[in-house]
Amino acid sequence: MIAVLAFYAFAAVLIGSAVMVVTSRNPVHSVLFLILAFFNAAGLFLLTGAEFLAMILVIVYVGAVAVLFLFVVMMLDIDFTQLREGFQRYAPFGAIIGGILLIELFMVLTAWRFAPEAATLRLNPTPTDVTNAEALGRILYTDYIYLFQACGLILLVAMIGAIVLTLRDRPGTRRQNVAEQIARAGTVSLRSVPLGAGLKEIGIVRPPAPEEAKPKEVEHHGHGGHH
Amino acid sequence: MVDFFFNHPVGILALTVGKALVLLVPLLIGVAYLTYAERKVMAAMQMRKGPNVVGPFGLLQPFADALKMLMKETIVPTGANRVLFIMAPMLTFTLAMIAWAVIPVNDGWAIADINVGILYLFAISSLGVYGVIIAGWASNSKYAFLGALRSAAQMVSYEVSMGFVIVTVLLCVGSLNLTEIVRAQQTVWFAIPLFPMFIIFFISTLAETNRAPFDLPEGESELVAGFFVEYSSMSFALFFLGEYANMILMSALTTILFLGGWLPPIDVAPFNWVPGPIWFILKICLCLFTFIWVRATFPRFRYDQLMRLGWKVFLPFSLVWLVLTAAVLKLTGWLPA
Repeated sequence: MIAVLAFYAFAAVLIGSAVMVVTSRNPVHSVLFLILAFFNAAGLFLLTGAEFLAMILVIVYVGAVAVLFLFVVMMLDIDFTQLREGFQRYAPFGAIIGGILLIELFMVLTAWRFAPEAATLRLNPTPTDVTNAEALGRILYTDYIYLFQACGLILLVAMIGAIVLTLRDRPGTRRQNVAEQIARAGTVSLRSVPLGAGLKEIGIVRPPAPEEAKPKEVEHHGHGGHH
Repeated sequence: MVDFFFNHPVGILALTVGKALVLLVPLLIGVAYLTYAERKVMAAMQMRKGPNVVGPFGLLQPFADALKMLMKETIVPTGANRVLFIMAPMLTFTLAMIAWAVIPVNDGWAIADINVGILYLFAISSLGVYGVIIAGWASNSKYAFLGALRSAAQMVSYEVSMGFVIVTVLLCVGSLNLTEIVRAQQTVWFAIPLFPMFIIFFISTLAETNRAPFDLPEGESELVAGFFVEYSSMSFALFFLGEYANMILMSALTTILFLGGWLPPIDVAPFNWVPGPIWFILKICLCLFTFIWVRATFPRFRYDQLMRLGWKVFLPFSLVWLVLTAAVLKLTGWLPA
């Protein structure tokens, strides 16, 4: 009963926010509605018992991807009237793509049938002592280990590509070399001094002033210190 | 009566609300006194007295501050996005509260003892950045926006190494359940074998909660007050409470992952007489004291130093330590089944 109510609530908000992603005027609002949509999708995952997937969806998409997305969208200087102008022109293309997707969905739905092995699978009760994460791990790291590694490699190549494209070596920028700074010991020291003692009493001598500063003092010498 | 609370839907709902109140009311009082403790401890470290006027030893100061906040006018700037501007502090505060649903205060004392507890906490803590970004953007002020951008970059960066630290702990536990994580520390707290990870995790929590020396999002010397420049009155108070509740949450997480949660330091007579929740609270207080101590001691990081520390020091180090831990566990056969 509660599960059914929760399902309809999540599904309704999911569809509503998905519509708002496309229709809202402000792109920042669009991204925020997208985040709401992710949340409700996570809620639907939870209802089907896929708790691990739900949490990963929130961590990866909401916690990382959407943050960067929001980051970029907020930085864009968007002229809303200009954005509206193109709408009439691009609407037919959007409608065609949307229509094709819709037809594909119908084709999938009408051709949907259960695999013949599914009936035998349903006879086996779902194991209750194995958690989501464990079950996923057992399959992912055994049967599908090569596919898993291939995915990792593809992501690595994509990451290196992004870095290569964006990294510029700018000559002339000064960089901090922390190791060098730490290695340069002995120039700064910390001492515990008795209260009320001056520098002279405890024998701390200031380094002599650089030569350039001297002539200025000489110039003022004749005035006797008053200006 | 017992049947009503455990089987009837209304009873279950009432019981859950009751449990939440039992947790949240002490938490909010804790937040109030954390602000007081921070001022007192920092005062002691700087040879001052701290708040000492309102009530005995200034103990009523947090309530005086709260009342003052309530009395002030809520100002919404004209250029601000009204809905988001008001939503941001509420979001920050709510996120800081809902994370407590999975924290086990004692063996089995959690409102929701879910299988993926640690992932839930990680997810909620990674959402904390939204309150800051939305506040910065909705304020329509350049200082607030710069603060929000800094915060977003900082929190996303430090989450990566935090994730690796959590995975290292999970390798030693073999479960994502928070209660199981504490139970696995029966023989030795993870702070001892995984000491470097403990330090990295603690520093990352400082960055994650935007606390000194990583409080660049609110760096008052260059950004006035960062992302909450435009906030006043109760909306400011919610940010404030959210930040302190997050500090307590992160301390609780550090306690669960590394300091053995509710377990006593050694399982012998005088120590195991003390009930678990007391140990849990004491350990949280220890972490919070360190938070304040760090704030009183270290100057603020420069922004490029902060990024360097996160990406070039913590990330490679935690990755190497993760591989090392996995190798050691595999070779010694200590890998949990």
